[in-house]
Amino acid sequence: MSKVWRYGDHVDTDVIIPARYLNISDPQELAEHAMEDSKENLQVNFAATVQPGDYVVAGKNFGCGSSREHAPLVLKVKGIKCLIADSFARIFYRNAINIGLPMLEIGPEVEKIEAGDELDVDLAKGTIRIINKGLTIQTKPLPEFIQKIADAGGLINYVKGEH
Amino acid sequence: MGMTMTEKILAAHAGRDKVSAGDLLVAQVDLVMANDITGPPAIAEFEKIGRPVFDRTKIVLVPDHFSPCKDIKSATMCKRMRDFAREQKIVNYFEVGKMGIEHALLPDKGLIAPGEIIIGADSHTCTYGALNALSTGMGSTDIGAAMASGSSWFKVPQAIKVNLTGKLPKFVTGKDVILTLIGKIGVDGARYQSLEFGGPGVGELGMADRLTICNMAIEAGGKNGIFPVDEKTLAFLKERGVTRPFKSVEADDDAQYSRVVDIDLSKLVPVVAYPHLPENVHPAKEGREIKVDQVVIGSCTNGRLEDLAAAAELLKGHRVQDSVRTIIIPATQEIYKEAMRRGYIDIFIDAGAAVSTPTCGPCLGGYMGILAAGERAVSTTNRNFRGRMGHVDSEVYLASPYTAAASALTGYITNPEEVVK
Repeated sequence: MSKVWRYGDHVDTDVIIPARYLNISDPQELAEHAMEDSKENLQVNFAATVQPGDYVVAGKNFGCGSSREHAPLVLKVKGIKCLIADSFARIFYRNAINIGLPMLEIGPEVEKIEAGDELDVDLAKGTIRIINKGLTIQTKPLPEFIQKIADAGGLINYVKGEH
Repeated sequence: MGMTMTEKILAAHAGRDKVSAGDLLVAQVDLVMANDITGPPAIAEFEKIGRPVFDRTKIVLVPDHFSPCKDIKSATMCKRMRDFAREQKIVNYFEVGKMGIEHALLPDKGLIAPGEIIIGADSHTCTYGALNALSTGMGSTDIGAAMASGSSWFKVPQAIKVNLTGKLPKFVTGKDVILTLIGKIGVDGARYQSLEFGGPGVGELGMADRLTICNMAIEAGGKNGIFPVDEKTLAFLKERGVTRPFKSVEADDDAQYSRVVDIDLSKLVPVVAYPHLPENVHPAKEGREIKVDQVVIGSCTNGRLEDLAAAAELLKGHRVQDSVRTIIIPATQEIYKEAMRRGYIDIFIDAGAAVSTPTCGPCLGGYMGILAAGERAVSTTNRNFRGRMGHVDSEVYLASPYTAAASALTGYITNPEEVVK
């Protein structure tokens, strides 16, 4: 079953991937340090336990801080199916779109999702079903221009396609 | 309905007469920047596109984060960027010896002018708004794409007007202004928005203070911070040899703001942001119980000559506490030389401080001052997140150079006034 990894507000990029590892170029090796400095990691080691298809769910301003693209990258490498948050920090949001990591910004409704919930997310329809609670959250679609980048599989493919 | 400074710059670069908050557009950019951490992934993305660089004079590469290289892995990344710079004949590649901390270096090299758009693969790229430019941080993929296209996509941000009045008291600096503002609006208070500074208090702030203030716009979640142009801006540009034509912008009287924040500079006091968010702001005088193991004065936020002058003013003729490792890092070679000429470096070394060649090192827990578990630093840098400067159980307290220097002299968080009385 896909697991929900639940975090609070203002999870910063230094927590998602500490700068001391930014001398590592190999994405797989880098991803072994994903979420390493989070408080939650004291209980369960994210990088060692996370399974492809799991979800990361957080509060406000997820990904605040540095512009390091390594942050969404390590979550993508770990196979996170979708990031769901009340809100995302601006640069992190761009970076996730650009590298093709799905995410949904859903506002305070995120409070309905708790650790241990079973989710079914339909990205095309923008729906999040919380199976065990019988709840469905309908999210707003991405702006058309940003959807095009997402559909192209990220910014590089999109820019290549322009010429 | 009028436009903000940011809207005017975006409109001009997108070939439009008018833009409004929320519009998505593609704009030409004037400068594209990356460093030794974000540059190599940007280069990898750029190479996937398979086109030449859009303009080899408009790309800036600065190995400043883990450089002079701290280990083999960082040396490999620096080499990657250096090789690329040579192959592509990048004009503004700054090697060790010429290198400085990027956000201090670029304005000092005359690479920034009012009305320009600068994008950089570093979140503190927002610094250049002090010169009335629109500058913002992006990730490596955005920067790699822009190195090929010379353009990028932007969402026109909503704006917060920060209305400054009055004059800063002695020992209160731009760092105290921005920390106070972040304390007021929170670390996501300006999320996706621009911070547009204005009001009669602007003229009372020196350029170093304005650069520090815009530098930390990102710490309130902002896309950018921006100041209007005045005589001080023009003098700064002239001294740095900016002779190319530029078009400065000012906000229309009927520009739209999501909110207005008033700050009376004369009412501010030295403040410190406690762990682990820059919004945890407290008056420095309340920090007497907080013992300090290390003080760092430097970084893109506070490594300029004015910052070193402030530190020297307090440290002159005194010794830092033996229990406080004090590390001072001039942000560029020119700043270093001028600090030496003015005697600041002698003052620092005589006070028992270590002085280093320019690097971002300690700010992001790279090297040159890493903290062990349980240790505390007062630092003039910009972030105090968990583990930012070393062990996950260490603590960073953000402050101005005055407050940092005062704390080095006493061994605890100290209001600068306390050490001069």
